[in-house]
Amino acid sequence: MKALDIKLWRELWGMRMQALAIAMVIVGGVSIFIMSLSTLDSLYETRETYYRDHHFAQVFASLKRAPLPLVQRIETIPGVDKVETRVVAYVNLGVTGFADPVSAHLVSLPDRSRGLLNQIYLRKGRLVEPGRDHEVILSEEFAQVHKLEAGDTLRATINGRRKTLTVVGHALSPEYIYQIAPGAMFPDYQRYGVMWMARKPLASAYDMDGAFNDVTLTLSKDSNEQDVIDRLDELLKPYGGIGAYVRKDQLSNRFLTEELRQQETIATVFPIIFLGVAAFLLNVVASRLISLEREQIAGLKAFGYSNFAVGLHYLKLVLMIVGLGILGGIAAGIWMGKGMSNIYMEMYSLPFMIYVLKPKVIVAAAVFSMLVAILGTLYAVRQAAKLPPAQAMRPEPPALYHATLVERLGLQRWFSQPTRMILRHIERRPLKSLLTTLGIAMACGVMMIGGFQEGAIDHMVEVQYSMSQREDLIAIYTEPTSLRSLYSLLSLQGVEHVEGFREVSAKLQFEHRFYRTSLQGLQPDGELKRLLDTDLKVVDLPQQGVILTDHLTELLHIKPGDMLTIEVLEGNRPTVQVPLIGTTKEFIGLNAYMQREALNRLLKEGNAISGALLTVDERYQREVYGDLKDMPRIAGVVEHKSAIQAFYDTLAETVLYFTFVTTLLGGSIAFGVVYNNMRIALSERNRELASLRVLGFERREVAYILLGELGILIMVAIPLGLFIGYGLCAYLAFQFNNDLYRIPLVLGMNVYAFAALVVIISSLISALMIWRNLAHLDMVAVLKTKE
Amino acid sequence: MSQDKQATHEPRDEAAVFHVHGVTKVYQMGEVQVHALRGVDLDLYRGEFTVLLGASGSGKSTLLNILGGLDTPTDGHVFYGGRDLTRATEGELTEYRRDHVGFVFQFYNLIPSLTAQENVAVVTEIAKAPMQPAEALQLVGLGERLDHFPAQLSGGEQQRVAIARAIAKNPDVLLCDEPTGALDSKTGIVVLEALQRVNQELDTTTAVITHNAGIAQMADRVIYLADGSISDVRMNLTKLAPRELSW
Repeated sequence: MKALDIKLWRELWGMRMQALAIAMVIVGGVSIFIMSLSTLDSLYETRETYYRDHHFAQVFASLKRAPLPLVQRIETIPGVDKVETRVVAYVNLGVTGFADPVSAHLVSLPDRSRGLLNQIYLRKGRLVEPGRDHEVILSEEFAQVHKLEAGDTLRATINGRRKTLTVVGHALSPEYIYQIAPGAMFPDYQRYGVMWMARKPLASAYDMDGAFNDVTLTLSKDSNEQDVIDRLDELLKPYGGIGAYVRKDQLSNRFLTEELRQQETIATVFPIIFLGVAAFLLNVVASRLISLEREQIAGLKAFGYSNFAVGLHYLKLVLMIVGLGILGGIAAGIWMGKGMSNIYMEMYSLPFMIYVLKPKVIVAAAVFSMLVAILGTLYAVRQAAKLPPAQAMRPEPPALYHATLVERLGLQRWFSQPTRMILRHIERRPLKSLLTTLGIAMACGVMMIGGFQEGAIDHMVEVQYSMSQREDLIAIYTEPTSLRSLYSLLSLQGVEHVEGFREVSAKLQFEHRFYRTSLQGLQPDGELKRLLDTDLKVVDLPQQGVILTDHLTELLHIKPGDMLTIEVLEGNRPTVQVPLIGTTKEFIGLNAYMQREALNRLLKEGNAISGALLTVDERYQREVYGDLKDMPRIAGVVEHKSAIQAFYDTLAETVLYFTFVTTLLGGSIAFGVVYNNMRIALSERNRELASLRVLGFERREVAYILLGELGILIMVAIPLGLFIGYGLCAYLAFQFNNDLYRIPLVLGMNVYAFAALVVIISSLISALMIWRNLAHLDMVAVLKTKE
Repeated sequence: MSQDKQATHEPRDEAAVFHVHGVTKVYQMGEVQVHALRGVDLDLYRGEFTVLLGASGSGKSTLLNILGGLDTPTDGHVFYGGRDLTRATEGELTEYRRDHVGFVFQFYNLIPSLTAQENVAVVTEIAKAPMQPAEALQLVGLGERLDHFPAQLSGGEQQRVAIARAIAKNPDVLLCDEPTGALDSKTGIVVLEALQRVNQELDTTTAVITHNAGIAQMADRVIYLADGSISDVRMNLTKLAPRELSW
């Protein structure tokens, strides 16, 4: 081995602790990068495989009731590959030992089959036997949360008729990866489930003998989606079709896609911050290392080594450290990625997880880290190598300081000598001061993300469920029903207030843009469902015209005064033009609102309602649930509070974990930047500070000079960091916006305070460690050494 | 510098290894200008042992550094053989140092992480016709301490490693900056003996700078520097052996 390479190994061994510390930062950056991206790739790959192997449909349509022979006409639509018709029923369930309202989708299965399309993944038990009318397979989460095993029973109200069902197995389905009740925001496995049942008994219970109310298709390769949908809609229109939609718009798939998109944003933002800080730290440490070897570099050059050879030597040293970090990061990243993927597998109803680690992810992580290291090191080597060796061998000339700007402004007399030293030192190396400030600010900003998520969700829930939707329960009718039915609800003991609403599926169109959603008719003076503007003030529903969710007006590029085309997808399917009167601020869903009577008129019907909003005296809640379950006309009951509670319970864990990670990340960045800076400042100014000690300065006074500088930088960094944090959160909020939900940018004082506090505490810990080092300043050495 | 003026200062003496003419060096130290050399003229001859004597700040280190291609003068010319070092590029200077010059520094400048033998190897690995590192160390009397790290060697031994490192490439010139400056007289003598032996046995042109007038007595020629200029040059008719020097 060459002597220089021996030097390399020996020195690497000599500085192993320091090298390890740098490598750890790289490990952090690389592992987070690999973890996030491999998890994402794994999720995408798993989803694709699952969809493909289980023949997840590409087009979905629901309708009222169509005769089975219609299938043949659907099959002849050009571009259609496979067609499966089903009977799908939304039913009320009774689970022994659980009093809250429970609803489920009951989906038909062909005999002795997992389905032609949307095949279920049988986890436990067996398929339903033909001829056994009461057997069902439960979605796994629902079964687990209620501890329902094969042989257990539950009661269902199907089309007003009660039926006792027996569990024979647990299953998952590509159609219900994200299992969420219609109109709900969060999965609530206690109150909503999916069940599969043999077609024959379900059809007869649901009055669907020889008919279907749900059809799914796959398409041949070169088909035109929109053509198929148009033709299918045409075919289904007479049978109460409410419009077909493609896989992209399928609810479970949409939620999953949005989640993945969010993860993607996080997977980009975090590693960039982390690797950026790692780059900075590496640069700082490498610069110091190289400046300490200034004389050795001069020596090597004196012997005839070229700048290139010297640069290469130090580059090797740094690359070895970085290489160690990359290897460690890859290993840790894979380990964390697998763990994370499994968490996702549990979180979503995925039957398996294919862990995917694309080579390009590893290459990107390695190349980026190396590049950062090379840039940082080359700069430092160039600084050392560009001096003529003779000059490099002499001690560095006293650094050139100037009176700082604040001093020149005439404030000089207010500053003591040590304070002037601090200010001049900061101003002499503006770039380093700036980067240090930026590093600490980043740490501060990162820590706001955890708190922001929590606050944003609180705010969403508060606005949506306390200010806008103030009912305790929503009762949904099987069919539009007369307004008079509200009296029977009001007569139930414990029901305090009732308001009816009308809701139809509709296609809203402005110019060439359209969006399919529900059009809701509300009681104009209603107290339960209220529309709010951006200032959270109640918006009055106009007698004429329609109000849209603000985000929907952005999607449609429509503004108040424009005429919105509404195509109702139910009943006699009228198409009308209605002026847009105003907008309402909503964080969840995209909706259109008008007065209920106006909607009734539009539909050319009497005082019909689709459901009712209720407030209930808490003491009678159980009884009211029971009574509602017994009402045959009520298809389902939605209760928000317990759903929100259930959501918070599951969310609390995730948010806690996330906050923990961001705090740890931010804290370690803050600590890494502050501590490394202090260590290097101490090593650079060792002689200066020791000399001051010789001159009679106390440790406290010397510490002031050293720590005061960082103190000032931290004081600048914290407000800057809070500003950066606000920006990061705003970016995330913006990125997370979609038509399912919008994340509000709400940052409470506690979020700011927490981030600032962690930075201060990290800095104090670093300062304490440096304080101990200051006790060991070698005053005798100062008097002896050659400088 | 005009062409004809330059031509008149081509080295004329065939035996001169170095021909220095009108060399001036001005340093910028912070905001202060330091005149280290003020128009120095000098020739150094093949195989000669020269001592450059002067107080600290007299410019002797600067002169040595310029001779060794470690630094460039602000004005004037330095010819090594027929080559004008002041017009050389950085790459050419590197090559010049690599192939022709051996350095010995006051503070040894050994690489602490390498053993004596490896420290010498750092240089022999890039030299054209080097001797074996062990051989060079033998020459300075350190044949028994090949595998010792600098921290395990005394100051005198470290300086002898530095000398071995300087001579191992069989340089044409050996430039020593205060080689005994950090040593006591007893160890200093051992180091000087090593230098003298190399000068005599390998016929290497040797320039030693020192502020210690005693050392001058072992030189062929003594050049006195003061305030950046040569104040006197004396031939030494009776050379003393290092152990006869009075410190």
